[in-house]
Amino acid sequence: MNIVACVKQVPDTEAQIKVKPDGSGIEEGGIKWVMNPYDEFGVEEALRLKEKNGGEVTIVTVGPARAMETIRTALAMGADKGIHICDPTFDGADAYATASALAAAIKGIPHDIIFCGQRAIDDDSGQVGAVLAEFLGIPQVTVITKLEFAGGAIKAIRPIEGAQLLIECPLPCLVTAQKGLNEPRYASLPGIMKAKKKPVDVKDAAALGVTVTANAKVAKFIPPPARAAGKIICGDDPAMKAAELARLLREEAKVI
Amino acid sequence: MAKGVWIVAEQRDGAFRKISFELAGTARKLADVLGEEVCAVLCGSGIEGIAGQLGKYGVDKVFVADSPALEPYTTDAHAVAVAKAVKENDPAILLLGASTQGKDLSARLVGKLATGLATDCTDVKIADGKLLAIRPMYAGKCFGEVVFSTFPQMASLRPNVFPAVENAKAGVVVKFDPALDAGQLKTKVLEVQKDTSGKADLTEANVIVSGGRGMKGPEGYAILEELAAVLGATVGASRAAVDAGWRPQSDQVGQTGKIVSPNLYIACGVSGAIQHLAGMSSSKIIVAINKDAEAPIFTKADYGIVDDLFKIVPEFTKECKKLLA
Ligand SMILES: Cc1cc2nc3c(=O)[nH]c(=O)nc-3n(C[C@H](O)[C@H](O)[C@H](O)COP(=O)(O)OP(=O)(O)OC[C@H]3O[C@@H](n4cnc5c(N)ncnc54)[C@H](O)[C@@H]3O)c2cc1C
Ligand SMILES: Nc1ncnc2c1ncn2[C@@H]1O[C@H](COP(=O)(O)O)[C@@H](O)[C@H]1O
Repeated sequence: MNIVACVKQVPDTEAQIKVKPDGSGIEEGGIKWVMNPYDEFGVEEALRLKEKNGGEVTIVTVGPARAMETIRTALAMGADKGIHICDPTFDGADAYATASALAAAIKGIPHDIIFCGQRAIDDDSGQVGAVLAEFLGIPQVTVITKLEFAGGAIKAIRPIEGAQLLIECPLPCLVTAQKGLNEPRYASLPGIMKAKKKPVDVKDAAALGVTVTANAKVAKFIPPPARAAGKIICGDDPAMKAAELARLLREEAKVI
Repeated sequence: MAKGVWIVAEQRDGAFRKISFELAGTARKLADVLGEEVCAVLCGSGIEGIAGQLGKYGVDKVFVADSPALEPYTTDAHAVAVAKAVKENDPAILLLGASTQGKDLSARLVGKLATGLATDCTDVKIADGKLLAIRPMYAGKCFGEVVFSTFPQMASLRPNVFPAVENAKAGVVVKFDPALDAGQLKTKVLEVQKDTSGKADLTEANVIVSGGRGMKGPEGYAILEELAAVLGATVGASRAAVDAGWRPQSDQVGQTGKIVSPNLYIACGVSGAIQHLAGMSSSKIIVAINKDAEAPIFTKADYGIVDDLFKIVPEFTKECKKLLA
């Protein structure tokens, strides 16, 4: 089975995000970079499929030189090889441009199933998987919490508002991973040593024949709106504090 | 020249989802600034009869694709149908819900229509005749103002953030043939397992009562369930509570859980870790009940009580019962 997992390097969830004074982006100094948490679920599921059915897992990423670390992390978890699409013209690329690059790279290799995260926790856009599936002309099942493969098709669970869907989809297809799908493994020490020798192909935009455009562009980054300081309800008696809270929610905030 | 503000209306089992009216109300506002029409696309099976309801919320025209292949929702069928209507009519703006369905469909349409999309927006406006979409990024640690260089300019709107304003327009129903061909329809919904609790999903709830590690165990949630019953609320949880197995994954609020924006969010025994705040800071009113005065949740809370939640919550439930009686 030929399995592809797309991974993105993103700031750690604990990172403080500061907007540059001119609003052109965020300050990258001091940020710890990690694999997007949803992509960890994708890589883990890719490895489990390979362990059960045989085959190969290829990791693909679009990102600057530092993103190589994230590919190595996935290789250390057990993936077989990597493709690193590295080109400064991809800085600030939107989902359309990123997916074009991923599609160009993936078209060149056999692919039965492709994993993406349900969203990247930096841009929070949740688009790249579906756009990539469209470019490859294959079906998608997004935001899944369970995956089974049998007889050339997958069955996946997709939670929606107030229900869970059981969806069947033939290969080749693309799925996006949600928390709950699995518990991602940690890279072992021997895994880390082996990862250093696994092949990673580095390509630029010209080699893939893609040009970067931004159909949707963040023209300005702004800090979040400040929240006015809240009211702490003081007192010694829990019943009185609870009553005061109920009164404020009814009379002042008008939400109950 | 691309013209008009379009929405993709969402229905399930022949009833509109609330987000459809939120989309319509917002589209109307934008269209009035531009002096253009609001149109909706509605896909499903046996839904022609409900289409006209959108007129009440400011929709001039509803393009309806009615086919058994469009129910239940699949990406394959809906993306083909919506893309066809959009290509034939060339709208300037296309709004969808940032619901599970809207997120799935809108992203696929980005590829099909070769355009750009701003996901999960909390504000949209017209600037210089074009769409300006404002959305949280980095889990709400900053916001981005998104502009577009292609048409349609697409945005998905966060549920529960935009008001569904009534503004009666014609709501003329126009049927169109989605031209689905069986070869395009690859995915099949084998089963729909409905949640029978009767509670609103967290992403659509007006009131959420959320419990964290401070609930001490699965039994602790009984007092939150009682409060929720009184307030008509849905119960949520922190990741710590979900990972401990006290609550199902579908209850988790936060960066790796659900993003919610109720009118009222009551956090009990939740410390307010940055990943939790990421999921709920667009709530309109936030209440924190926590015995640690230093807990970060208090920096986001509009109202706070520093005390043992097991003493406060039952009293608070009693008070609410009295007020709402
Ligand atoms: C990649 C990543 C993603 C994550 N995603 C999420 C996410 O989506 N959602 C999420 O919630 N977390 C997420 N987390 C976890 C997050 O960092 C915190 O660990 C988690 O939110 C803590 O949950 P908590 O507030 O319930 O527990 P704690 O931090 O342990 O807080 C418990 C609180 O309860 C209070 N308390 C205890 N007893 C009482 C009592 N009797 N009365 C009143 N108060 C009491 C304590 O004072 C404390 O403040 C993520 C972490 C990572 C690394
Ligand atoms: N630059 C990238 N390189 C590789 N994969 C990516 C990249 N950006 C996004 N993806 C994949 O698409 C998913 C959704 O990302 P996004 O649409 O940016 O939220 C991620 O979880 C990744 O699996």
